[in-house]
Amino acid sequence: MLSDPDVLAELAGEARPDPVVALAQGAPRLGDVPANVDRHLELIAQAAERGADLVVFPELSLTGYFLKDLVADSAVRLEGKEISALARASRAVDCVVGCILEGDDHRLHNAAVYLSRGEVVHVHRKVYLPTYGLFDEARYLAAGDRFRAFTMPLPSARAHREWRAGILICEDLWHPTSPAVLARDGVDVVICPSASPGRGVGSGAELGTAQSYDVMTRTYAQLLTTYVVYCNRVGYEDGVGFWGGSRVVGPDGEIRGEPASREEAMPLHRLERGALRRARIANPMLRDERHDVVDAEMRRLRRRSRM
Amino acid sequence: MSAATPPSAVGPPAPGDAGVLVIDCVLVTEILTGFVREEVGKVGFRRGVVGLSGGVDSALTLAIACRALGAENVVPIVMPYRTSSPASERDARRVAAQLGADPLVIDISAQVDAYFERLPDADRARRGNKMARERMSILYDVSSARHALVIGTSNKTELLLGYSTIHGDSAYALNPIGDLYKTQVYALAGHLGLPEEVLAKAPSADLWEGQSDEEELGFSYALVDRLLFHMVDERRGRDELLRLGFDGGFVDQVARRVRDSQFKRRPPLIAKLSQRTIDRDFRYPRDWGR
Repeated sequence: MLSDPDVLAELAGEARPDPVVALAQGAPRLGDVPANVDRHLELIAQAAERGADLVVFPELSLTGYFLKDLVADSAVRLEGKEISALARASRAVDCVVGCILEGDDHRLHNAAVYLSRGEVVHVHRKVYLPTYGLFDEARYLAAGDRFRAFTMPLPSARAHREWRAGILICEDLWHPTSPAVLARDGVDVVICPSASPGRGVGSGAELGTAQSYDVMTRTYAQLLTTYVVYCNRVGYEDGVGFWGGSRVVGPDGEIRGEPASREEAMPLHRLERGALRRARIANPMLRDERHDVVDAEMRRLRRRSRM
Repeated sequence: MSAATPPSAVGPPAPGDAGVLVIDCVLVTEILTGFVREEVGKVGFRRGVVGLSGGVDSALTLAIACRALGAENVVPIVMPYRTSSPASERDARRVAAQLGADPLVIDISAQVDAYFERLPDADRARRGNKMARERMSILYDVSSARHALVIGTSNKTELLLGYSTIHGDSAYALNPIGDLYKTQVYALAGHLGLPEEVLAKAPSADLWEGQSDEEELGFSYALVDRLLFHMVDERRGRDELLRLGFDGGFVDQVARRVRDSQFKRRPPLIAKLSQRTIDRDFRYPRDWGR
């Protein structure tokens, strides 16, 4: 333990090469992928210039959200020119971009793609497709079938330690088992690109949806002692406003700085290894998690549901 | 909620019901202002046109449009008929003056009367609808002349009750106040400091002399807004609504109005023939590519 370079650095009070994440809270043009790719390239360049090691874009940042039949028209492929252009840009800074991803089987997924050093590092396909109220995703999209942690390359950060991340897209976060699975898979950061439509304007100075995300992001961060990086979009589509509020929540459950407003913005936040360490030593829920008990109970419930 | 709550169509708010229509006016103003600015801008316009009646709905709409686009970019149009209350035009001018917008005043009497000259037996509902459609045709003409988008003034209460003239006051490109009940329109108009005269007078479509919305509807906005909130927003069933203290006959009457006016809230029906019929299986967002 004491030979750990981070710990030694921390003990020595040295500045550690912790990564800086940029939240690219913007408003895409609905269904205009070329215009949105150009905007991504501008923002990625700006983020790199400002010293970011990772730039996170909102859900469906290459297409916009309420696409309806534009879903098929706006799909991209991992080896297609759009992702290739963004991958080239990721030589300067890692990035997470949102898109409609078409596979060889022509299924269309709501996906977030992690790019670094010119390569696709990880793809998350949204598992929970909301199809109720104002949402209609399962009509147009195929659902993903996995939550997986991965190591963020973060080459520009030259971090001594690996940073493990997992991606959950918007509605995925409303199912507490999703971040719980990622926590068990060893993530330090839950990255959540989102396109959350604002609604609920009762008294309380904040939208109902914003309050819900405030509770979720802070609760998961604190209970799982991980960072939660939440990037929501802004702007309006067919009268529906998206509320922004992008934020980084620390592993103590506290929001770092202020959440972003409803305007376009690209705030930067540093992820601190020391904060993770302190949170996990002070509140060692991850250490004490009883995977054996959970697994046994899950097996019992599976047996029951088969009966 | 006690089952003993006296059923009443005009009773006081049921226990626990107070505050259901409260909105955060600062937040709502911010959302609606952004809505008008962005949705007008997206279609390549910078200006808006608003029919200004002297009532609270159009006053609020104009206030939001002026905040979003700047008063110099909004054309309020006051369109009195010869039987319209003089107070309406006076209040409309007062609102425009307060907001710094320069109103056009176009009297519609001649064009309406020319039509009904041949139809002396037309009842006042027909005449009222005709007036609403003449106003619409003027708004769209000015829209074209000034390159300004028509911004609508229908609130959620009248949209749900179908208390409007189809292709008349219900015709517009976008509507900032259509998700606000009348009670909430008053709250927001008060928050934005609109003139007391506009806030204090009884709501009226002003299609004929002395017309009163609440008399014509047969219930108060305060009451029907609460019912609609529980019925529509909260999806409560009839039994639950009765337990909240609403009268069964009133609940049925309002539910029927909502159902029977559904056609006013939907585009017209198209006979299905092909694999992709507009709005059924040809589904694109209005903000397509914007």
